[in-house]
This record gives sequence, structure tokens and C-alpha cells, in this order.
Amino acid sequence: MIHPIPPGTRDVLPDEMRELRRLHLALIEVFEDRGYGEVATPAIEYDEVLARGDGRTADTAYRFFDGSGDLLALRSDMTLPIARLIATRYAKAEMPLRLCYLANAYRAVRPQRGQMREFAQAGVELIGAAAPEGTVEVIEVLEAALDAAGLERAVIGLGDADLYRQLLAEFGVEDEARDSILGRLAAHDLVGLETELSELQGVSDDQVATCVALSQLRGGKEVLEEARALGGAAVERATARLGETLEALEARGVAQRVQIDLGLLRDLGYYSGAILEVYDPALGHVLGGGGRYDGLLKRFGVDQPAAGFALYMERVHVAQMEEETPGGERP
Amino acid sequence: MGRAKADGPLKLAVPRGALLSETLDVLDAAGIDTSEVRGESRSLIFPGQSISLVTMRPSDVPTYVEAGAADVGITGKDVLLEQADRVVYELLDLGFGRCRMVLAGRKGDKRLGESERRLGMMRIATKYPRIAERYFEGTGRQVEVIEVKGSVELAPLIGLADGIVDLVATGRTLEENDLEVREEILGCTARFVANRVAHKLRAREVDGLAAKLREGLAR
Repeated sequence: MIHPIPPGTRDVLPDEMRELRRLHLALIEVFEDRGYGEVATPAIEYDEVLARGDGRTADTAYRFFDGSGDLLALRSDMTLPIARLIATRYAKAEMPLRLCYLANAYRAVRPQRGQMREFAQAGVELIGAAAPEGTVEVIEVLEAALDAAGLERAVIGLGDADLYRQLLAEFGVEDEARDSILGRLAAHDLVGLETELSELQGVSDDQVATCVALSQLRGGKEVLEEARALGGAAVERATARLGETLEALEARGVAQRVQIDLGLLRDLGYYSGAILEVYDPALGHVLGGGGRYDGLLKRFGVDQPAAGFALYMERVHVAQMEEETPGGERP
Repeated sequence: MGRAKADGPLKLAVPRGALLSETLDVLDAAGIDTSEVRGESRSLIFPGQSISLVTMRPSDVPTYVEAGAADVGITGKDVLLEQADRVVYELLDLGFGRCRMVLAGRKGDKRLGESERRLGMMRIATKYPRIAERYFEGTGRQVEVIEVKGSVELAPLIGLADGIVDLVATGRTLEENDLEVREEILGCTARFVANRVAHKLRAREVDGLAAKLREGLAR
């Protein structure tokens, strides 16, 4: 008899599990070697606790009432539960704190094409280490994790989460209009971006062109120069932050995989400063991401800078297999 | 920096059907050889030195591009809007393939208005259920959207629906079926789209192709 399971969830059988386990162990070893202790937290939390970190995640959270009428939610990533854990268990601990995890998270997405309702993430959180050193350490751990996974061709995109918020403030674009433009930028809808910005009052054609051009700048160090040439205080600040991070990465000899990307904008609400995304040429989907969230812990009552990343385990596994048969086209 | 090496030629998804001939013209203007596609061949893949052309239904373009099976592609804005949940980067408005998404009803027929007034709801047949739902939601009206796959003009003629939401280029099909445009929903043109990872890892090639397409259009 066939007994169904909900779409977007799946069973793992021994052949796959063996490979996944090998990947899990390799990653946890990388994290532990660098002083990141593994933690586990409950998959269900109080909704109001998770919503404290980021109200927006509520869009895709699974929520339900328990027997005593409390509203619970399944975690949709590990960053918020760990922020809660730090505020509760490590409020007076000596910083920096290094934690890592391998855990399932849940999102109420329409399950299709690699979008799962239940998925495994492996990642680290570095608490109490400011930019650029903290960012650099996290990128260094990420590089080691990608090496351990055998993804030699993987690339880390490095961008700045504050760039467009500040740029749009400079243009005098605020509130709803700003959020809408940020949405266009996050989706990389250049046609819509240009049209919508042009229709706003007080935004000049030059400013529209600057915004569109900025979002297309990605590559090596040279793009920082190209960005500066476009001008403006927001661009100056963002490129200075990125330049500083990149120099520190180079000094530690870990900049090879890093691609500067001024078009990077992750849609999670809590990011500030550096943001990261991970790609592999063998896979059309993003393998993971992260960045700084210096304001997040404050919302839980601990004012500490923080940074981290998470890799989607199933996608890393797919990339591992695709890299074994390069070229993309199967016979 | 950017240690990744590109795997072979860039794969460009080319829409078959109504957009094909203008797509090929634009590619020609951009200096891409399309003679093979124009020929009698029934192949789906046309390999090239720096760019390979892959032909498919326009509505499949976002699927292939999102998954990275094609690095870049060309398709209509109507397709992108209908599949808005697919993550592809929309880089360029190519300007051709211009048409309008409209609400149409039978000529001189009051059913659309009457259904709304007396039944609180219009029945709308369409091949674009999501665009239709979003439009009526956005204009504060209740509808029952009926998805059909074939000639949607048939639906109001034999009483499946009060009206239709469909794409109109010249308006001749509506005319021939005794239908008329009641409301304009939006204008659509062909767009150049890219896979998210290809846009990052094959930046130079993707930007180069976008620039050539832009130049070709300006000519």
C-alpha cells in the first residue's frame, strides 16, 4: 500500500543517507576545528519569539496552536533560534561566541523545483565579532566548508545589504516606494526597476541610471572602482566597507573564491552590512548564503554584532554529484 | 578572482511560435548566427561557438532558465507574469512582440456587468489564471477564474464564462468571434532573462550578450 507524505518533504534511503552523512561529518569537522561548537534547538518555538527577530519570516512560517492555546511556529532558519539561545543562555558569556549547527528548517512554500517545505541546513554563527574581522572569519570558514564538500569551483558572492537602503534615502525615496524598489532589486527585475524609479517624482534620469548600473556591477576588485565612479555617499560607504573586507580577506589569503557583487540583495529582513551568497557552476540554484546581522541580537536584548552563513545540504549534495559529471548536458 | 570556469557555450533559450521570427532578427542584429534555426532542421538544440541556441515553447523558457538548464532566454512578459514565482532575472525589454492583456466580452452583451451586479461574481475564462486573479483582486472585484488550455474565445460564446482575459496582438481573433475589448490590463513585450547563478558566474558573457542585444535594437 502507498501511504503519501506531504509534498515538499521526503524520505532518505541508505545510499543517499550514507553520502549525506559523509557530507555532514565533513562540515561539522570543519566547524569544530575552527572552534565552532555544535548546538541543537527545538524545531518548534513560540511564534512571538521568532517574530521578534524578523516579522517577515512569518509569511512562510508554519504556525499552530498547542493544547494550552499558545501560538507555536516551526523555525524557518537557525539564525533566529540561535539569537534566542544566545540571549537566554549566553547573555553574560565572554565574546566572541562561535556556534555551529546542522538542522532541519521549515518553510510553507509551494513545494516545487528544489523548493522544499522541510530542508537541512549546516552553518555557523559568530557572535560578538564586528566587521571586517568577523566577516572575514565567517568567509574563511565558508571557504573551508566548500573545500571539505569538494566544491572547488564554488564562488562566494559578497555584497552590501545597506547599499540600496542608503542610496534610495539619498534619492529621497522612502517608505512604500522604497520597499517596492528594494523588491525589484532583490528580484533583479531591471526592466521594472527602471520603469518604477523613473515614475517616482524627484528621481533624476542620472539617479535611475546609477541605480541600474550599480545593480549590474559584479566581479573582481575593479568593480569597487567602477562603483565609486558612479558617485554618492551611500556608494562611497558601501564600497569602503567592501574594500576593507576584501583587503582583510586578501591578507589572510582567502579571497580566491570571492566575487564582489553590488547587485546582491537577500530578502531576509535582518541583514546589515556584508551579505553572502554561494554558487556552483554545476547548479542553477543558490547553495546557501549569509552575512552580517548586527542589529538582530539587540532585538533579543543582547547588543552584539553577529555574522554567519547557512548551506542548503540537499543542494550541496546535488552540486557534488553534478561536479562528478561536468558539462551539464547528459548523453 | 572568481575561480569558476564557464562550462562550454552560453545556452540561450529561444521561444518558438509567435515570437520566433522577431527573436531571430534581433539575434542576427546582435551578430549571432541563426541560419541553422531558420533552416528546415527539426533539431531543438543548435550548438554554436560562444552561444548555443535551444528552442522551446515560450512558456517553458522560465522553467529552463530558472533551473539553469539554459543560462539565458527570451520570452514574453505575459509568460513571466503568469509564472511570477519562477526566479529569473529580467535584464532587458526587447520591445518586440508587443501585445496587450485584455478583458473581453461579447459585443453588446451585458453579462459581465450583470453577473457582477446580481451574482456578485463574474466568470472569467483564461489561459492566464494568475494574471487574471491578480488583476481582479487589484481592482477589488470578485471573479471565478476558469482555466482553459485551447481557444479561449469559445468560452463566452457558449456560456462557459461571462468574459475572457487573453492576450491580443491585432484584435482580429476577437473581432472574428464577435468579441470586444472591455478593459486593458497591461502591455507585454519580449524580455531577455537570465538564470540567477549564470548571471553571477558568467557575468561577462551575459552582460556582453545583453549589450549586443541592446545595440542591435537601437539600430
